Amino acid sequence: MTTALDRLGTRWRDYVVYLGFVLVFAYFALTQTEYFLTTTNLTNIVVQAAPITVMAVGTVFVLATGEIDLSIGSTVAVAALGSAMVLESTEAWWLAALAGLGIGVLIGAVNGFFITVVRLPSFLVTLATMGLLVGVARQMTDLKSVPVVDDTFVWLFGGGDLLGVSIMVWWTVVVVAVGWHVLRQRRFGAHVLAVGNDARAAGVSGVKVNRVRMGVFMISGAAAALAGVLYSGRLQGARYTLGESDMMSVLAAVIVGGTALAGGKAAMIGALVGSLLMAMINNGLILAGLNVSQQMIVRGVIILVAVSLSLRAKKTV
Amino acid sequence: MTTESALELRGIHKQFGAVTAIERFDLDVAPGEIVALVGDNGAGKSTLVKIISGLYQPTDGEIRLSGEPVSFRDASDARAHGVEVVYQDLALVDQQPVYMNLFLGRELTKGPLRTLDRARMARETQDLVTELDVRIPSPHATLSDLSGGQRQGIAIARATHWARGLVLMDEPTAALGVAETAKVEETILRLKARGAAVLIVSHNLEQVFRVADRVTVLRRGTQVGTRRIDEVAKNDLVAMITGLAQ
Repeated sequence: MTTALDRLGTRWRDYVVYLGFVLVFAYFALTQTEYFLTTTNLTNIVVQAAPITVMAVGTVFVLATGEIDLSIGSTVAVAALGSAMVLESTEAWWLAALAGLGIGVLIGAVNGFFITVVRLPSFLVTLATMGLLVGVARQMTDLKSVPVVDDTFVWLFGGGDLLGVSIMVWWTVVVVAVGWHVLRQRRFGAHVLAVGNDARAAGVSGVKVNRVRMGVFMISGAAAALAGVLYSGRLQGARYTLGESDMMSVLAAVIVGGTALAGGKAAMIGALVGSLLMAMINNGLILAGLNVSQQMIVRGVIILVAVSLSLRAKKTV
Repeated sequence: MTTESALELRGIHKQFGAVTAIERFDLDVAPGEIVALVGDNGAGKSTLVKIISGLYQPTDGEIRLSGEPVSFRDASDARAHGVEVVYQDLALVDQQPVYMNLFLGRELTKGPLRTLDRARMARETQDLVTELDVRIPSPHATLSDLSGGQRQGIAIARATHWARGLVLMDEPTAALGVAETAKVEETILRLKARGAAVLIVSHNLEQVFRVADRVTVLRRGTQVGTRRIDEVAKNDLVAMITGLAQ
């Protein structure tokens, strides 16, 4: 039995991400030029964060199941290129978007197959597919980028705005809301948490454990693919380098947000705030005039500190 | 017996290659009756439990639930037929609230979107724990905040809620202290009062005498005999289990 004090301690750590967000925000607001607090810049942070946020929603499901998906970064590139190539040859924006998502779901299903049927640890499976997909992305166009020129595609997945709000913000809101709904209000979400908590107990209780595992990897693949489509819409082109450094940012955002790396515990809104926190740190460091190398160092230190604080929560007994 | 048996086992035989795990096993359990299954380690109790819960298929013999012959493909099939198992190691998920554990794998939903009906699950959980007198702070309490006895109470409540044919208990108090064991035994007796048929595997002969109506003994895969609990002395039971004459 935990004491009231222990519970308070655990609770407090669950909200570390919100505290961190407020502190970092206050720090930049006080130390940076007034530009940081402009609507343009704040919107820009959300827009910059959108692909990471979308991937984070998928990753919440994977981690909550007690699994990990390292292949999301390279899925981004393959889906973006596939989608852009379909757009180039068919000129149908919806077909291109569907093709991108289909590629993501397929990659997730392949990961899921090796995890549930061949019964390998997800760490090894997705480590292998991560490398494999990097190769696929390079092979697809011989390292060349594919331009995205369709107006509808670019509006819908990049530069558009609706009711005066950037389309990227809408994507963020919709994806997080759907993720939250599935996690908290559907049987699937309850089963995800049960499997992550104790897969054997869940199985004995009638939860189809492998179906849940397969499902979370397909969700993760689809989320990474959507992120890829959003990148190619915003940058008006796809390239094999898209998403290559995103996996670490996504894992950091999700873990800092309060989802347990060991499974059984998930925080969808926490992941959103974690992702915004990462983007805000990037943004602030750029405004502070740090060069890319310095940014990477500072970001690494911040992630290390934040993850240490969040992960210690699980050990509280 | 006038009432139809909840569970009937007829000539259950289980062979693993050349090894005979269960020679021939017959048993009836009536609704509102608790039958204890006892025997030394390796006597075949676990095999029998696995056969009744659908994890193993018998090599020969027949299982009937309320007179209906059944054969189970797997554990979920047995569960679909109304056989619920309370496992030694609980089979609960400890970071989830009590009510989600009670409905795990069978969550209630509402509306056209089929969203989780948490309020109704919590309410039904409260009703059930009140009826079975399992004392927990709240249906919303996280399972890991409960004691071992409370958790076993929840496991039994879950089986009670879903069982239509039989509740099978595999060493339900093996991991519990004296006071918690007493509480869980009370819960088992309430289950019986509700008219459930209970088959309980136990190492603890005192417990068998406290809760069971009848006891059946396995020794090295052979059914030695079945006795009414008020017609058997403890020494005789020990002799049946060990095979040593008094």
